[in-house]
Amino acid sequence: MSHDTAAHAAAHGSVWRRWVFSTDHKVIGCQYLFTGMAMAVIGGLMSYVFRMQLAWPDAPVPGYGVVSPGEYNALVTNHGSIMIFWVAMPVLIAALGNFLIPLMIGCDDMVFPRLNRLSYQIFLLSALVLLGSLAVPGGGFGGAWTSYPPLSAKGAYNLTPYGAPLWLVAVALEFVAFLLGGINFVTTVMNARAPGMKASYIPMVVWMIIIASILFMASVGPLVAGAVMLLFDQILGTRFFDPAGGGDPLLWQHLFWFFGHPEVYVVLLPAMGIVAEIITVFSRKKLFAYNTVLLTAAGTGVLSFLVWAHHQFVAGIDPRMAHLFTVTTLLISIPIAEMTFVFIATLYGGSITFPTPMLFALAFIAEFLIGGVTGIFLGSSGTDIYLHDTYFVLAHFHYTFFPIAIIATFAALYFWFPKMFGRMMNDTLGKIHFWGTVIPFNFIFIPLFITGMGGDHRRIYSYENFPMQMTPFLQELRIVATVSLVILLLFQVVFLFNFFWSLFRGPKAPANPWRANTLEWTAPSPPPHGNFATMPSVYRGPYEYSVPGRADDYWPQHVAN
Amino acid sequence: MIEWLVPEASTYARDIDWLFTSIFLTVGFWFLLAQAVFFWLLFRFRRRDGVPAQYITGEEKAEKRWISIPHALVIACDVFLIAATVMVWRNVKQVLPPADETIRVIGQQWAWTFVHPGPDQQLGTEDDVTEVNELHVTNGTVYHFELTSKDVLHSFSVPAFRLKQDAVPGRIITGWFQPTTIGQYDIQCAEICGIGHALMPARLYVETESAHAAWLRDRQA
Repeated sequence: MSHDTAAHAAAHGSVWRRWVFSTDHKVIGCQYLFTGMAMAVIGGLMSYVFRMQLAWPDAPVPGYGVVSPGEYNALVTNHGSIMIFWVAMPVLIAALGNFLIPLMIGCDDMVFPRLNRLSYQIFLLSALVLLGSLAVPGGGFGGAWTSYPPLSAKGAYNLTPYGAPLWLVAVALEFVAFLLGGINFVTTVMNARAPGMKASYIPMVVWMIIIASILFMASVGPLVAGAVMLLFDQILGTRFFDPAGGGDPLLWQHLFWFFGHPEVYVVLLPAMGIVAEIITVFSRKKLFAYNTVLLTAAGTGVLSFLVWAHHQFVAGIDPRMAHLFTVTTLLISIPIAEMTFVFIATLYGGSITFPTPMLFALAFIAEFLIGGVTGIFLGSSGTDIYLHDTYFVLAHFHYTFFPIAIIATFAALYFWFPKMFGRMMNDTLGKIHFWGTVIPFNFIFIPLFITGMGGDHRRIYSYENFPMQMTPFLQELRIVATVSLVILLLFQVVFLFNFFWSLFRGPKAPANPWRANTLEWTAPSPPPHGNFATMPSVYRGPYEYSVPGRADDYWPQHVAN
Repeated sequence: MIEWLVPEASTYARDIDWLFTSIFLTVGFWFLLAQAVFFWLLFRFRRRDGVPAQYITGEEKAEKRWISIPHALVIACDVFLIAATVMVWRNVKQVLPPADETIRVIGQQWAWTFVHPGPDQQLGTEDDVTEVNELHVTNGTVYHFELTSKDVLHSFSVPAFRLKQDAVPGRIITGWFQPTTIGQYDIQCAEICGIGHALMPARLYVETESAHAAWLRDRQA
């Protein structure tokens, strides 16, 4: 192994050294996980406040008070930023990638453990800067997570002279953290695989995290450049994005969406990988067409760079460009549809059981289908003219991101919890949590598809000034969405209770409770520092379930025959 | 389907609604089929004692047909939807019919200013009629608009017209509409533009020719 032993030795020292400054990939993974969970609670409570305002305009929100327009903008902006950059990415990529990659490819740690620690520390700093940006004079930034200039570029326009630059610094720091993490992931998988671990034997979730990391690294450059330019505009008075000084506001949009669209696939692919792992285990089936999945994931990655301007159909770009971006956008339905068909085909001929992780994995497929098909309405430039920036977009977006960032994440947590913490979670509470999450979720966002079709635009703190939007029908839909959100949030208490109770009191987990094939299940639960008692060798692919002629319906990758 | 919620008040509103319904039916079919197959498989292949799972790699050509045939059909649907989209987009955004009248629309934090050319039919002259947060247009007239912003991005959105176009400072963006139904409608800003974003409503009045002429006389008096 190529990484230094000094770092390992340090990790065996005091509690402080073992848990705070550890270089162990599993500890860092858990640090990302807990930070992500804390941020999810904050982001979730923000949505409670602004949804209450939308349902009952200008009434004091219980536990918060009256929401001013500036606060409303800051809440929606930071809810979006937090959920994407400080929840979805750290949990799906950093937490799971860190925890799973070395265990699944059969090595004892990341190739650069200290870089890994640095990556988390920068990430933590970025989270603190973001939270700090909410407390400065003028309040948190309220120009939407897309941060379009000139609004975002000048304190005179956004009235948050400190909040806006701090928000941007936080985002930029977060990107640096993930660049470092991505370098580690890719290098580790290239160099540190167990003997016999051919490319075609790598579990799909590892492949997906690697492809996602490469996508992230390839797309983030333009945005980092844009962020520096925007920061200069904010604090040095340059005018990169201000036409009065020869700049162009649309330049930012191109830089932002050149990153922003691939970003969807950066978080989608790991979620797809999680689902691939879980549905194979609980249907006792080989993953249908492994190579096809891999090719479609790579194809999605490439295509994701060619679609960015579908966010800008009505932004003032040359109308001829819309045709090109409609074509590329609708083409992306091809690999994504194929991946979905693969998952559905995997179920065929299975012996399917429905413990909590499987329920969440299946819910991912069912819900993500809605996100996928509603994307067609927005990828089509003709309908996007009407739907752009309405709640239809918001509902579509949440039907993709909620399955990715929340449902797939829960699937992963329920699935790998025994390995992470050496204890089992309670399945009954898990199922209560499942239904309490998935049912209200649909009751939040299906009404919002309808209000979007009814012309509700986003980021408007009160519709009272728009007579056409203040019909009783639309207002009732807003109330349904809000009440459903409150129910959904309340059911997360069940999860938090189950998680922390199981962490300390749950029944001890065996090494391989789900009878799964991949290497992480050969390590003890939880794996000690250095992971494996004896380093495993790999003899076959990860999905050899129900192989004819074998007594067991699974055939772990490290068992010779 | 959009027309169930918002009236169609411009010539191209119907095109956009038709496109929406076409997409709804096309993807709705695939959505229902995929969900039906999905739930059927979950029911059909739930665990039964003594019935092991089948070993299917999905790498054989005959097996791959199960995903490649639906896949080809999805591509066919894509081609249809792309063709329909290109037609609608060209009509709404790309090819502008000759204007009967040109107006100017200016967004700023947090109001809309509308400039009519007045009797001489020329913008930028002394007899221009300027109105804040009220746009009066004649039913049936083809309008071109020149859209710009004084400060940040705004978006000129008239849901009843199915019209939306961002206003960008430093640029003048030309678009068009032709009202078809007399009435009053909302104009909204659809791009976040600061704390007054929700306080930027304007009213659109689609009037008969005589009512419009009366309004114009009133404004010039």
